[in-house]
Amino acid sequence: MAVFQELKKGVLISLWFVFLTFPVMVIKVDPIARTVTWRWMNALYMAVGTFIIYTLVQFFIKRRGRSKPASTQKEAGSSVIHRLLDNPRRRAMLFVVLAVAAIAFPQLLSSYQTNVMTTALMYVVLGLGLNIVVGLAGLLDLGFVAFYAVGAYTYALLNHHFGLGFWTILPVGGLLAACFGILLGFPVLRLRGDYLAIVTLGFGEIIRLVLENWGEFSKGPSGISNIARPSLFGMELDLHGSIVFNYYLMVLFVIFTIFVVNRLQNSRLGRAWIALREDEIACQAMGIDKHRTKLVAFSLGAFWAGLMGVVFAGKTTFVNPASFTFMESAIILAIVVLGGMGSIVGVILGALILILMPEYLRGLSQYRMLAFGAILVCMMIFRPQGLIANIRRTYVYKKTPNDAQAS
Amino acid sequence: MDYFIELLFSGLTRGSIYALIALGYTMVYGIIGLINFAHGEIYMIGAFTAFIVATVLSIYGFPLLAIVIIAGVAAVVWAASYGYTIEKIAYKPLRHAPRLSPLISAIGMSIFLQNYVLLAQTSDFLPFPRLIRDFPFMEPIAHIIGSTDLVILVTTVVVMVILTLIIKFSMIGKAMRATSQDRTMATLVGINVNRVISMTFIIGSSLAAIGGLLIASHIGQINFYIGFLAGIKAFTAAVLGGIGSVPGAVLGSMILGLTESFATGYVSSDYEDVFAFSLLVLILIFKPSGLLGKATNQKV
Amino acid sequence: MTSQPILEVSGLTMDFGGIRALNALDLDVASGEIVALIGPNGAGKTTFFNCITGIYTPTEGNVWLTPPGGKKVSLNGLKPNKVTERGLARTFQNIRLFSKMTVLENVMIGRHCRTKAFILGAILRDPRTRREEQDILETSYAMLEKVGLAEHCDEFAENLSYGAQRRLEIARALATEPLLLLLDEPAAGMNPQETIELEGLIKKISREGQAILLIEHDMKLVMSLSDRIFVMDYGRKIAQGTPREIRENPAVIKAYLGEEVDA
Ligand SMILES: Nc1ncnc2c1ncn2[C@@H]1O[C@H](COP(=O)(O)OP(=O)(O)O)[C@@H](O)[C@H]1O
Ligand SMILES: [Mg+2]
Repeated sequence: MAVFQELKKGVLISLWFVFLTFPVMVIKVDPIARTVTWRWMNALYMAVGTFIIYTLVQFFIKRRGRSKPASTQKEAGSSVIHRLLDNPRRRAMLFVVLAVAAIAFPQLLSSYQTNVMTTALMYVVLGLGLNIVVGLAGLLDLGFVAFYAVGAYTYALLNHHFGLGFWTILPVGGLLAACFGILLGFPVLRLRGDYLAIVTLGFGEIIRLVLENWGEFSKGPSGISNIARPSLFGMELDLHGSIVFNYYLMVLFVIFTIFVVNRLQNSRLGRAWIALREDEIACQAMGIDKHRTKLVAFSLGAFWAGLMGVVFAGKTTFVNPASFTFMESAIILAIVVLGGMGSIVGVILGALILILMPEYLRGLSQYRMLAFGAILVCMMIFRPQGLIANIRRTYVYKKTPNDAQAS
Repeated sequence: MDYFIELLFSGLTRGSIYALIALGYTMVYGIIGLINFAHGEIYMIGAFTAFIVATVLSIYGFPLLAIVIIAGVAAVVWAASYGYTIEKIAYKPLRHAPRLSPLISAIGMSIFLQNYVLLAQTSDFLPFPRLIRDFPFMEPIAHIIGSTDLVILVTTVVVMVILTLIIKFSMIGKAMRATSQDRTMATLVGINVNRVISMTFIIGSSLAAIGGLLIASHIGQINFYIGFLAGIKAFTAAVLGGIGSVPGAVLGSMILGLTESFATGYVSSDYEDVFAFSLLVLILIFKPSGLLGKATNQKV
Repeated sequence: MTSQPILEVSGLTMDFGGIRALNALDLDVASGEIVALIGPNGAGKTTFFNCITGIYTPTEGNVWLTPPGGKKVSLNGLKPNKVTERGLARTFQNIRLFSKMTVLENVMIGRHCRTKAFILGAILRDPRTRREEQDILETSYAMLEKVGLAEHCDEFAENLSYGAQRRLEIARALATEPLLLLLDEPAAGMNPQETIELEGLIKKISREGQAILLIEHDMKLVMSLSDRIFVMDYGRKIAQGTPREIRENPAVIKAYLGEEVDA
C-alpha cells in the first residue's frame, strides 16, 4: 500500500512538473515567421525525468534516514583522500605521482589540452582564493570577479600604455586588487552576511559597467588586445612554448597557493576566521577584532584574484569586460561549494570537475551553467559540507612527560 | 516643462514596475528572512509565459482583449506555480540551515532558471507583442504620457490597493503579519506557517508576473536575462524603502524610478545601471535599515 | 571585605525602544570575590552583561576596570574584543560555542587576544610564531584539564554533553586570562550531579584568586558560592548584601525568592 501511495505521489509530482514547464518546454513560437512549434516529446521527457529524479531522491532520503546513527561511517567514506594525506609515506608517494604527472602533462598531450589544463589550474587558484573568504571566514563574496578584473586590467593597461612586463605587474596587480578589497571591505564588512553578498555583487557589476562605459579609460566593450605574454627571463616565446610556459607557471602558482592557504588556515589567524564563520558574537567576546580579521580575509582573497587576473590577461593577451560578469563569480562560488567550503583538497577537486568536465563532454557543454545552478542548490540541500568535508584538526601537544613518551 | 512631466511619468512607470517586483522581495524577506535571489527569474518567467501565450493566440487570430486577459492570467498562474515550487524545492529543506545556505541555494536557482529558459527557448531578444494599443482619448497628451504608462500606473495602483486589503483584512494577511513578527509565536497560536510561506511566494510571484507582463509590453522585447537587472534594481528599491516593509518597498521603488528617470533624462544614460548599483551599495553601507525599516538590535 | 575593587559600574541604563531594561544600576566586584547577580527572568541580568562587555551600547552609565596594582580604565564605548583584552571574559546564557571546531580549538580561540602572530607569521612560521603556537596549545590544554575536558579535546564542540559545553565555555573564557570572569547561568540545564561538579569547579577557580561575577537561578548554588549578592528586578537593583542579608531581605522575598527560600 505504501508503495502505491509513493507511486501516486510520484505521478502527481511528475504531472505538476509537466504543467509547470509546459509553456517554456513545449511551446516554441517564432514571432517573425508567425509559426508555432509544439514539442510534445518534451512534456514526456519532463514527466519521465521528474518521476525518476523524484524516486531517486526519495530512495536516498530513506537510506540516509536509516543509516543516520552510523554517520561516522559516512565521514570515513568521504575522507579517503585525507587518510591518504595523513600517512606521511603515502602522502610522499602521492605527491611524487602528482608531480610527475604535472611535469609530463604538456609533453604528452597537445597544446590544446595543455591550455585547457592551464585554465583549470587558474580556477583552482581562484577557488582557493575565494575559499579563504567564503569557506574559511564565511563571507559570501559575490563580486569576487571584480578583483579578478582589477588584476587583468592593471596588466592590460600598464602593458598597453607603458609596455610594462608581466613580472613587474604581477605583484602590482595583486596588491592593487587587495587595495580595492580593503577599500570596499572597510565599509561593507560590518554588514550582515546576506547584505554583504548583495553589496559585493553590486560592486562587481559596478566595476564591469565602468569598464564597459568608460571608453577613454578601458576602451569599452571592445577591450584591450595584444597584451604581452609572460616572458621567461626576458626571452620571448613562440605560441606553443608560451602555452607550455603558462602551464608550468600555473602549476607553480597552484603549489604556492596551496602552501600559503594551508599555512594560513592552520594558524592563529585561520582559526579566528573559522570561529568568525561559526559565531561572530562569541568571537568578539573572545577578543577577536571582527572587522580587522574579516578585512584580512577579504583582501587576501582579492589579492589572489588580482594575481590571477594578471595571469589571465597574459595568457589570453586580450581582456574585455565580458569576461568579468556575475556568472564568473558564480562559477568560482560553485567550485568552492561543490568541493567543500574550507577544504583545500575539495576546492581543487571542485575546480577540476567543473572546468574540465564541460571541456571533455563537449555535447554537454551547453548545459554547463544549468548544471552549475543545480549544483549550488543540490549541494546546499544534500551535502552542504561539499564533496570533501573539511577534516577535524587534531593537535600534538607535549604536556606531561607521559604524553611525550606515548607520542 | 513638458519634458519634466514626461520624465516624471516615465519615472513613476518605472517605479511601478520596480514596486511590483520589490514587493515579492520584501514580503519573502519579512517572513523567512531570505533574499530570494531567484525572484527576478520569476518575473522573467512571467513575462516569457505571457510572451508565448500571447504570440500563440495572436497567431491563431484571437481578438486583442482575449489575448490580453488570457496571457495575463497565464503569466500569473505560471509565475505563482514557479514561486510555490521553488520554495518547496530550494528553500524549505534549508529552513534550519545556516543563514547563507538558502541564499546560495537561491543564487543557484536563479542561474538554473535563466539557463533553463535559455536552453528551452532562445538567447535572442524576442519581440513582445503590443498588448496595449494607444487610446484615442490620450491623443492630446500622448507626447508626455503614453497609453502604456497610463495602463501601468493604473494597474499598479489597483494591485497595490488589493494587496493592502489582503494584508490588512484577510485571514491569510493577518497570518502573514503575525508570522513575520514572530514565527515561533505564530506556530504556537496555531498558524500554519508552511501555508503562510507558500502564500507569500504565490502572492509575490503573481505581482512579479504582472510587472513582467506590463514592462515587456511597454519595452516591446524580452530575453532570458531580463530578470537579473530588474531583480537587482527591485531589490535595491526594497532595501531603500526598508526591507520587510510593504509601504517601504513602494516608496523605495518610486524614489528609484524617479531618480533614474531624471538622471538619465537630464544627465546621461550611459551610467544608468551604474547609478542603480551605486545606490544599492551606498544604501547598504550607510542605511541598511532603509527609509521605513527599523534598525534591530540582535538579541544575545 | 575591603580588598581593592576590580569592576565598578555606576548608573548603567539601557533602553530598547520604549523598554528600560536597565535602570541606573550600580555594582562593584572586588578582587578574589565571587559576586552573584540574581533576579527573576527578564530582570535585565543578561542585558547587564551585554552592556558591560560592549555587545550592547548602554544608553547611560559608566564601567571601570582596575587591574591589580594598575590604573583604573574606563570601558565605556569599547568594542567587545577590546573589553575582553582589558580583562572581562564571559560565558553565554544560551551556549555560543564554535560548534564545528574541536574542543581544544575552542579554547585556543580564547588565547587569541593574548597572542600576536599575523599573516606573515602564519605563512613563514618563524621560530617566534612556532613558540607562540606551542604556548597557545599548552595553555589551552591546561585550561581543559582544569575544567575536566582534556580527554575530549579532539571532539567537535557540538558533540559534547550540555554540561560539558557549559564547562567548555568557562575554559574558553578563562583562556583569555580575565581579571573578572562573567558567568551567565552556568548551571542552567544541568542535572544535579553536574551542578555539584560545577560548584566544585567554580570554587577551585576562585581559590586560585579569580574574581567571578555570576548570574544564576539555582539558589543553593548562589548561596553557597557567593561572597555578596546583588538582586535585580525590572532593571533596577532592589537589594545587595551577603547571602544571609539577602535571604532575610523582605523586598527580595517579595519580588523573587518567596517560597523557594522557605522550602
Ligand atoms: N536586543 C534586545 N532588544 C529588545 N529587547 C531586549 C533585547 N535584549 C533584551 N531585551 C529585553 O530586556 C529585558 C531583560 O532581558 P534579559 O537581560 O535577557 O533578562 P534576564 O537575563 O534577567 O532574564 C527583557 O524584557 C528583554 O526582552
Ligand atoms: Mg538572562
